[in-house]
Order: sequence, then C-alpha cells, then structure tokens
Amino acid sequence: MITGRFFASGADRRVLATILVLLAAAVLVPVLNLAVPQTSMFHVPTFMVALVGKYLCYAMLALALDLVWGYCGILSLGHGAFFALGGYAMGMYLMRQIGDRGVYGNPILPDFMVFLNWKELPWFWYGFDQFWFAALMVVLVPGALAFAFGWFAFRSRVTGVYLSIITQALTYALLLAFFRNDMGFGGNNGLTDFKDILGFNVQAGSTRSALFAASAVALALAVYVTWRIVGSKFGKLMISVRDAESRTRFLGWRPENIKLFAFTVSAVMAGIAGALFVPQVGIINPGEFDPSNSIEVVVWTAVGGRGTIVGPIIGALLVNTGKSYFTGALPDLWLFALGGLFVCVTLFLPRGVLGLWDQLRERSERRRTEADAPPPGDAPAIVRATPPAQAEPRGLGAATPEPQPAE
Amino acid sequence: MGRKGGTILYLDGVSVSFDGFRAINNLSLVLDRGEMRAIIGPNGAGKTTMMDIVTGKTRPDAGEVFFDGSVDLTRHDEADIATMGIGRKFQKPTVFEGHTVEDNLVLSLKGPRSIFPALFHRRSAEENRRIDEILAVTRLETKRSDMAASLSHGQKQWLEIGMLLAQDPKLLLVDEPVAGMTDAETAETARLLKDIARTHSVIVVEHDMHFVRELGVKVTCLHEGSVLSEGSLDHVSSDPRVIEVYLGR
Ligand SMILES: Nc1ncnc2c1ncn2[C@@H]1O[C@H](COP(=O)(O)OP(=O)(O)O)[C@@H](O)[C@H]1O
Ligand SMILES: [Mg+2]
Repeated sequence: MITGRFFASGADRRVLATILVLLAAAVLVPVLNLAVPQTSMFHVPTFMVALVGKYLCYAMLALALDLVWGYCGILSLGHGAFFALGGYAMGMYLMRQIGDRGVYGNPILPDFMVFLNWKELPWFWYGFDQFWFAALMVVLVPGALAFAFGWFAFRSRVTGVYLSIITQALTYALLLAFFRNDMGFGGNNGLTDFKDILGFNVQAGSTRSALFAASAVALALAVYVTWRIVGSKFGKLMISVRDAESRTRFLGWRPENIKLFAFTVSAVMAGIAGALFVPQVGIINPGEFDPSNSIEVVVWTAVGGRGTIVGPIIGALLVNTGKSYFTGALPDLWLFALGGLFVCVTLFLPRGVLGLWDQLRERSERRRTEADAPPPGDAPAIVRATPPAQAEPRGLGAATPEPQPAE
Repeated sequence: MGRKGGTILYLDGVSVSFDGFRAINNLSLVLDRGEMRAIIGPNGAGKTTMMDIVTGKTRPDAGEVFFDGSVDLTRHDEADIATMGIGRKFQKPTVFEGHTVEDNLVLSLKGPRSIFPALFHRRSAEENRRIDEILAVTRLETKRSDMAASLSHGQKQWLEIGMLLAQDPKLLLVDEPVAGMTDAETAETARLLKDIARTHSVIVVEHDMHFVRELGVKVTCLHEGSVLSEGSLDHVSSDPRVIEVYLGR
C-alpha cells in the first residue's frame, strides 16, 4: 500500500513533503511574482524567480548524481556532461526560434554559422526548429551517451577510481570538442541571444515564472521517480551492487546491467535538468562541460547527504546559495570555501546535513524519552519510532540510505 | 560423456596458475548427483580457488569443468553459472550489510534476474512462504527486520546459507561455514547442512575435523592444488601423506 508506506517511515514522509512543497512552489511563486503588486511584502521579484529556478535545475542534477553515486556506488565525475548535452539540445531549439531576428537576419542559419560563412544548416541541426524534436533529443542524447559509455565501462568491470576518472575524461573530451567552431555548436561562445520559447518571450516575467514552475514540477517528478526506483526490488539491488558487487553477481544478478540502467536513467534526468536550465539563464556554452562543474555536483550531493533523496536537493540549494553570496562578496575565496566544505563534510558529516539533522533529532528524542521515563508498557513503541540504522554515524563507505519499511 | 553422465560436478585435469604459481595442479574431482563431499587440506591448498573455478570467477588454464553432466562451466560467467543452479557461500561471510535479513533473502530468491521484473516486483504469497521457511530453518526468525550488519558472525554465516537455500541451487559450494562459530553453533550447522544434503548436492570445505566427522561423508584432501587422498574420513585421516602435510602439524 502506497499510502501505508507514507506513514510507515520518516524517510518516506520527508520525500512526500518535498514533493508537496515543490508542487506548492510551482503554483505559489508565479502567483506571488505576477499577481501580487511589487509594493507588497509578499511580492517575489523576477530575479529571485529566475535564481531559484536555476537552483532547482541544479538540485535535479544533484538528485540524478545521487541515484548512481549514493545508491549504486558509481561516483560519476562527469555528470555535468549530461546536463550540458540536455542544455545544448534545448539551446539549439531556442537558436532556431530566433529565425530572421538575428544580427544577420538569416531565417535559417543561426548567427554564428553566418559568421563562419556556412551556406547551409548542418544535418544535426535539422528538426530542432520543432519543440517536440528538441524535447526528444534532450532525453535521447544524454541517455544514449550514458548507455553507450556504461555498456563498455560496466561490462569491462571498470569500477571505483578508474571509473570516476573516465567519466571525468568524458566530460573533458566533450568540453574540448564543443569549444571547436567547426563542431557546429557555436564554439567558445556557445548558444545565446535567445528570443522565444514555444512562442513566448524568454525574457518576460510570465515566461520566467512558467519556467520556474516547470522546473519545480520536473524536480517533483524526478523525486517521485527516484523514490519509486529506490524503494523497489531494483533499488535494493542497486544498494547491493554498491555494497557487495561480487555477492550480487554470485546470486545470478548482473551488476553491469543494474548499473547501466541506473546510469542511463540518471543521465536522462540530468539532461532534462540542463534543458530547463538553459532558457532560464539564457546561454549554454562549453564551460558547462568543465570538469570542475561535475565535481561541484559531487560536493552538493555530499553536503546534503548522499544515499538520501531529499539530501542532494538541500545540498544543491544550500551550496549554491552560499556560492551566490561568496562570489558576490569574496569572489577569490569561493573555490577554497568549496574545497574546505567538501573536506569537512567528508570528515565530519559522512551522511551530510540530512544525516546530521537525523542524529540531532534522535539525540533530543532520546533525551526526552529518558526525561519522561515512560511506563514500561510504552517503551517498545518509542524504540520502534527511531530507525536503528540512523542511530550511529557511519563511515563514507557504509553510508546507508534511509531504512525501508518491510513491504 | 560416459563418465560424466551421473555427475553433478566433474573436474578433470584442471590447472590454474597465478603469476607462474600453480594454485591448482591437474585437479580431478567428481561429485555424484545428490552427494555431499567434505574437502579438507592445509591453507593455500587451492580449495577456495577450486570454488572460484567452478563458479566462473577464475578461468582454468587447462582441464575440463562440467556441471550436471553436460554444461561446460568454463564457457559461462558468474551470473550464468549462478542461475544455472550453483550457489556459493564465501569463506568470509558475505551478506548485504545495508539490507535487512529479510531483504537479503528476497534478493536471493530464485526467479527472474532481469531489470524490469525487479523494478515492478511485488512479493507473492509463495515468496513470503519461502522466506518464512528459510528464516525458520536458519533460526533467524527474530532477526527478520534487523540490518544484516547487526548480526553476529555465526548468524551471518547462517544468513548466507539461507541465501543459498533461497536460490534453490542444484549444487551448493560451502566454504568454511563454521569458522568462528561456537561448538553449539557448529553442531547446529552440521545438522543444517546434513538436512540440506538430503535434497541437494553439496561440497563443504572445512578445517574443523569434529565438524567433518559430524557430516559423515566422503572426504577429499587437497594439497598443493591436487587431490592427495580421498575416501572415508578414517581412511583419509590415517593416510600417512595426509598426516604429514596436514594433520600431523
Ligand atoms: N587471485 C589470485 N591471485 C594470486 N594468487 C592467488 C589468487 N587466488 C588464490 N591464490 C593463491 O592460490 C593458493 C591457493 O589459495 P586458496 O585457494 O585460497 O587456498 P585455500 O582456500 O585452500 O586455503 C594460495 O597460495 C593463494 O595465495
Ligand atoms: Mg580458502
């Protein structure tokens, strides 16, 4: 029973609450931005809508990484690549929507192609004038790349650090490729100066609100899908592969297929996040493939708490808020702050902010039960209310997800 | 084929080297259907490596390895071999520490091993019945919802045997099942394995001679990667070569 499970475990309750908050934000924020007058204290300014909308896309990317890293033990240092590819697919659609409103006024060719003296549209730009086609590519391109990459990597049993390194190499290779002008993706400058999305002005406040709402709903959906995957027998297999891959193999399962599925789903999620990101920031360039971007995603996830569903979202929001503050106030210190944060989290908060929260709550609860000295008959109920696996902080390797209720 | 006919496991002339060191040296071993066999031998004799070869973890350099009379195991990998019906308990107990005891069994239960059935899996009454049964046999009923990490060493050994039972294999390879167990647990494990052997073929590797005597089955002594002696426990333990390399020390 799904409803039964909502009440069965604190972790599930938390997931449900996150979904509800996101859906509520998808409705409320646009209302507070568009319908509430600017003089009101409840008005949400447009720059805020765009900023948080962008963070929600980052949160979705962190959630995608957590699916493979937190639950399946695949530390991808190249997840930014899937995000960027989804972003480029969306960017290509937005470029073609510009039509003859570009500087050179060419109805078919984007400005950078005219500038490069290209006479016709390269074949891989065909179809991107259609939204449905671009949306399909947002899903297919990252998914197919992840599938092909995973097929070879997991089958040849590349694991651990080696796998992390080749994921990093993957995003670096794409960075170099997309920098080249003759690749046909706008080179160094990338794709920008967008005008319309689905016929609406991308700069308009109402469009920004709509994009915010779309990001919040997409993230809510991603949370739901991740939660269902993680709660299924397949989810338990992912954890098995993470903790004891060869044991899983000797039970007749194929860890390579389990990883491949998780990796592909995760890449698709990252691609969708990238596609929602691009119209909100108004640009996509090769910088999105920068390996350091992918490493930042790892930090967000670790800070929030890997192997939890809500943790990476909190981590992405927290760290990016910090980044916005730092890059404004102390721009030179941001990288040090980020590095220091990662070291601290690894050393002191192996289960991230969420793990810390659980620990604190547990401690206060224990203190309360001791203070109250409940009658002996009530004791079992209180013991049951605190999930055993959250009792002690664990090392990174043993970080477990929220205990699932028996179905 | 003739000699392989009634066998569940047939190894002939198997050799494997690691960096020039011959861990298994022209090993031949035949297990009949329904038979239980105890394998003894000093550390480094190649007992675990033999199991690695049978379960597809290690490819032999030479020799034949046949399962169920006709399946050439050298042409299959671990997952294939496991689904064909060979279950293995590792020397170091290996269970999924981050899962409950029950979930460990759920993941081991015989059934489809592909992605989509696992994604949409719903526990059937039959599966519940099997799990209850296995929990009872392995005396882990009260631990059902506990994390496997919280089990004692002996209980982990039993859980792993339970996982083997859940797979319902034709052949069980059990590597040092009573290492680290108390005498009472050891006796209990002997009872459990004898029970399992009534319906399965089993190979048990063990050092504990009391335990091997308890099992009361044919014994093979390995030494330096090949069979040193084979027969009843009394026969093997009175073999002067066995006494010299193994028992005498
Ligand atoms: N993968 C491996 N690489 C190198 N040497 C190995 C490997 N596996 C086993 N060995 C060696 O093979 C020999 C037999 O080991 P093993 O089968 O574990 O012995 P037993 O289980 O009988 O104690 C040992 O000397 C061991 O060091
Ligand atoms: Mg051994």
